[in-house]
Amino acid sequence: MDITNETHSQHISRQFNQELEQLKTQLMAMGGLVEKQVQDAVEALLEGDSRTAERVRDSDNAVNDMQIQIDEECTRVLARRQPAASDLRLVLAVIRATSDLERVGDEANKIARNALTLIESDRHSRGMVEIRHLSEHVRKMLRDALTSFARFDTRLALEVLHEDESVDNEYTTATRSLVTFMMEDPRAITSILSVMTILRALERVGDHADNLAEHVIYLVKGLDVRHTDPGELEGSLGE
Amino acid sequence: MSAVSFSAAETQRSSAVVDFPSTSSCFDIEALSLAYEGKPALRDLTLRVPRHRVTAFIGPSGCGKSTLLRGLNRLHDLNDQVTRSGRIRLEGQDIHARDVDVAELRRRVGMVFQTPNPFPMSIYENVAYGVRLQGVKRKRELDEIVEWALQSAALWEEVKADLHASAWTLSGGQQQRLVIARTLAVRPDVLLLDEPASALDPISTLKIEELIRGLKSQLTLILVTHNMQQAARVSDYTAFLHAGELVEYAPTDTLFTNPRLRRTEDYITGRVG
Ligand SMILES: Nc1ncnc2c1ncn2[C@@H]1O[C@H](COP(=O)(O)OP(=O)(O)OP(=O)(O)O)[C@@H](O)[C@H]1O
Ligand SMILES: [Mg+2]
Repeated sequence: MDITNETHSQHISRQFNQELEQLKTQLMAMGGLVEKQVQDAVEALLEGDSRTAERVRDSDNAVNDMQIQIDEECTRVLARRQPAASDLRLVLAVIRATSDLERVGDEANKIARNALTLIESDRHSRGMVEIRHLSEHVRKMLRDALTSFARFDTRLALEVLHEDESVDNEYTTATRSLVTFMMEDPRAITSILSVMTILRALERVGDHADNLAEHVIYLVKGLDVRHTDPGELEGSLGE
Repeated sequence: MSAVSFSAAETQRSSAVVDFPSTSSCFDIEALSLAYEGKPALRDLTLRVPRHRVTAFIGPSGCGKSTLLRGLNRLHDLNDQVTRSGRIRLEGQDIHARDVDVAELRRRVGMVFQTPNPFPMSIYENVAYGVRLQGVKRKRELDEIVEWALQSAALWEEVKADLHASAWTLSGGQQQRLVIARTLAVRPDVLLLDEPASALDPISTLKIEELIRGLKSQLTLILVTHNMQQAARVSDYTAFLHAGELVEYAPTDTLFTNPRLRRTEDYITGRVG
């Protein structure tokens, strides 16, 4: 049975409704936080703002704490409520989603560390344009994935799954051209490697957004689509 | 896990069927309707119950679970206010056919009720009772059957020291297992259990559940329960009934993780329907 974002507020136990609502709220807060970290890390690089980059680098505790807190909440719900059907899928989807978001936090951290290196050495290195584009692209994916979770919107989740393919292409194209620059200009190798690490981290953020979208489809449709091609998926979802 | 297919669209009628080869069906219920004094209690129920599996019937109070269970061994015959239409086949044979011996049907399809109801006699006599009625007289043979039945009901170790104690000296959970042993002693093909653990403490409940799972290699079990977790723990298939209709019938794993119908979801997750 397909469910909507209303479904979890219709239990006879109002306490249970609140617990599930709370899980969703906390997950969205965590999502907002890591999205902001990715944004801050990239902007710090593009604007040469090492203070901000340092702040992102040093703030992964907040994300980890949120993950632990949400997972504990999920464990409590599992133990006390023994949820079934869409309630069970919600709890599982939240647990899976926190793990992806936590890793987005790690990627933001990696971006911040490499940004600091670049700010100190070669802020005008090649590849900044690519970083800007890719980061806009994956941040949109991440936002859409979170929105699709909040609204139980599988159509939007499917769009995210499609976006991931074009992010992968963008990433491959960017790295190919950067490799060429490294070969032409050995002095640029260190900074380009940092740029490539950042691009790689952004591409990983896209992968996690993609995972989030899959969790949404599982949550709403009860289908595990983690190893399904997005093209095939559309047919089986009837969208 | 076998695939599930559903006839027709998501009608509000009893349209759900679980798909398995008809050769593995124990009960084959077809368009069964039943009324008490003209008041419908079961409406046009069609479902097949697989052999050597545990099938759970769930649904709100008054939806007809017990009525359905009692229909399967013709306990309604005793009540002349009951009218019935439709067909029930057990291993392919119509249970309402003229030549069916009702006593033999009830031996083949044993029933265990919510409250343990041992007879006012010893543990041994409780188990031997039905066997004696079947004509077994020799002590050696009776002893063997009693031990086997008590073993099968996972009670032997707890009572073997004093088989001649009164059944009333046993705890509620032990009494329920004694009743199961009594039913098993006559070698039924099917065991119907109507909320068999609802009056028991958690440990006794788990013992009964363990017993149910263990018994399915020997016979077919049908379990009525109000405990969703219990249905999820022990059954292979689950049928959800509502107001005398079969709403959804599916492998238990599917029904409890991703039911097809809103009414099922609302019931198993405790939502206002
Ligand atoms: N002997 C009877 N005479 C008249 N009506 C009956 C009789 N037994 C049951 N009913 C009615 O038939 C309907 C189904 O009852 P049934 O006992 O089968 O429900 P149930 O699903 O087993 O409920 P519960 O979960 O409370 O045991 C109810 O409306 C009930 O009032
Ligand atoms: Mg009943």
